[in-house]
Amino acid sequence: MQTPSKISAQGVNVHYGTTQALQDVSVEIAPATVTAFIGPSGCGKSTFLRCLNRMNDTIVGCRVEGRITLDGQDIYAPSVDPVQLRAQVGMVFQKPNPFPKSIYENVAYGPRIHGLARGRADLDEIVEKSLRRAALWGEVKDRLDAPGTGLSGGQQQRLCIARAIATAPEVLLMDEPCSALDPIATAQVEELIDELRATFAVVIVTHSMQQAARVSQKTAFFHLGSLVEFGETGQIFTTPRDPRTESYITGRIG
Amino acid sequence: MAHFNPGLLRRRKRNEVVLRGLGFSALALAALMLALLVGSLVSTGWQAFTQTHIRIEFPVSAERVKPDDIAKGNFRAAVQDAMQAALPGLPAPEARKLSAMLSNGAQFRLRDVVLADPALIGGSVALTVPVSDPYDQLNKGLIDRATPEANRRLKDAEIAAFDTLAAEGRVSRPLNWALLTNADSRFPELAGLRGALVGSFYALATCFLLAFPLGIGAAVYLEEFAPKNRLSDIIEININNLAAVPSVVFGLLALAVFLGWFGMPRSSPFVGGLTLALMTLPTIIIATRAALKAVPPSIREAALGIGASRQQVVFHHVLPLAMPGIMTGTIIGLAQALGETAPLLLIGMNAFLTASPATPFDASTALPTQIFLWADSPERGFASRTSAAILVLLTFLAAMNALAIFLRARFERKW
Repeated sequence: MQTPSKISAQGVNVHYGTTQALQDVSVEIAPATVTAFIGPSGCGKSTFLRCLNRMNDTIVGCRVEGRITLDGQDIYAPSVDPVQLRAQVGMVFQKPNPFPKSIYENVAYGPRIHGLARGRADLDEIVEKSLRRAALWGEVKDRLDAPGTGLSGGQQQRLCIARAIATAPEVLLMDEPCSALDPIATAQVEELIDELRATFAVVIVTHSMQQAARVSQKTAFFHLGSLVEFGETGQIFTTPRDPRTESYITGRIG
Repeated sequence: MAHFNPGLLRRRKRNEVVLRGLGFSALALAALMLALLVGSLVSTGWQAFTQTHIRIEFPVSAERVKPDDIAKGNFRAAVQDAMQAALPGLPAPEARKLSAMLSNGAQFRLRDVVLADPALIGGSVALTVPVSDPYDQLNKGLIDRATPEANRRLKDAEIAAFDTLAAEGRVSRPLNWALLTNADSRFPELAGLRGALVGSFYALATCFLLAFPLGIGAAVYLEEFAPKNRLSDIIEININNLAAVPSVVFGLLALAVFLGWFGMPRSSPFVGGLTLALMTLPTIIIATRAALKAVPPSIREAALGIGASRQQVVFHHVLPLAMPGIMTGTIIGLAQALGETAPLLLIGMNAFLTASPATPFDASTALPTQIFLWADSPERGFASRTSAAILVLLTFLAAMNALAIFLRARFERKW
């Protein structure tokens, strides 16, 4: 049986000024699934990711066409507040970017501005829960007042994940979350992604095909601004239908 | 080493040595100029930090000062009485003339003392009062006793009288606190910077209260919210141009607009502060925009990514992180404003005033205009006081710049 999609994108075109970055991309993001976007640099996968929480709105000259829905609701409809949307669709960036504030404040910021906590005890609980789910609680529970920027790279990235899930989003977007991390930290984050899948629809952009194969159930291959192939991860990596996909995963293009 | 060319290598090395040498000489030259400037100021100004005083017994007779109307008493005559008593070896009329040795302020000082304690009438009171400028110069060795009497400011008899009093141990030379605590005066020995200091403080406070919020507001809007189009480009270019407009032009503008159209009080530090704010605004806007630009985009993305609004991104994250840079730029801008003279001259802040302003709307001078006034005064005593006033101004400027450096070092963020 076909489960209804969490996010559904149909015929998305993105222009930066006069250059077209994406053409006619249609993807269905399933709930409780990790979807990986792969493809060579500049293929538009990050651009597409940023369409899903309207982060492209902040870029001058960026135009998005097509229809993207979250639970059937058009996220580009005038009635949708992008600020509210981003609390529902969390994002983790390529480079760990904790605020230069304490670990506690980093996680508490989102719930605070969205009014998700009713008092200090409630907020403490959200912070602890988020840090636990980001597999960071054990390492930082004794120094929540220490600056977030003092953590190691891997810890910083998990802190950013904790910060993103603290607003109780439904979808988690990750833009190459491990590209600045060492292999051990990468393994920890990948393990975490697998656990987060139980609660969120996770979309991850990655340059590493091994990573896509390890963590995702669905994979989309982008090339030159188009979606070339989208399907089960196992199928994409073992029996790609498109010759371009095959060339990329075997290392001939990219 | 197939293309090794010994000539080329030698030339490159020589160019490097020459460049370093030039850079070092430029630095050395600048340091020398600074040392010359400060050295010349200190060498002429240090004398003004002390003031010759003389201790004299003032007889207060009921004949000179009526107990029922003390304020109207003839204290001028009382001072002459004191000189006559202090110099018993001289004929009375000559001794009385020598009361010019005491500062003109002596009679008012005596009046205030008697007013405070009317019981003194009929007795006498010993006071230490400043001597007038020529005698101060004499005591400081600035009047050459070897000069022929005709060409000297003090005649032999006057010098002899001063020496007599000095031999009695009456002459002292304490630190010249009057330089900071007195307002301006026609008499150098009484002239001080209080009016100028208070005026400058009011003007800078007005300037800060106006330019700081306005400048930050303008910079935040331009940097974070304004659409990037032709209009915002034109505004940006004009702000940069405004920073380069000569200050005298701002003075003329203030004269025409604030004094002419709005009829604001002439010579007041408030109007001075408004004028300085016009000049400081571009500096603050430019510094604030630079500080905002220096906040890494990743912080904005992080905040936007968890659903902060633009306003929350700016006020919760970007502005606090940019604050050290903004403060530094503001303090440098204010330091610039503190030393600004031309616009204040045009709005009349070079008036001669013997009282410090009670409110920012009273007429006043400011430090640089006071220096301008004193530099223009013919009395010899003002020459050293001008230098001393410049040193006071430079001290404030150095302190402000040090504060800017401290704030930068203390609050600068590492990413």
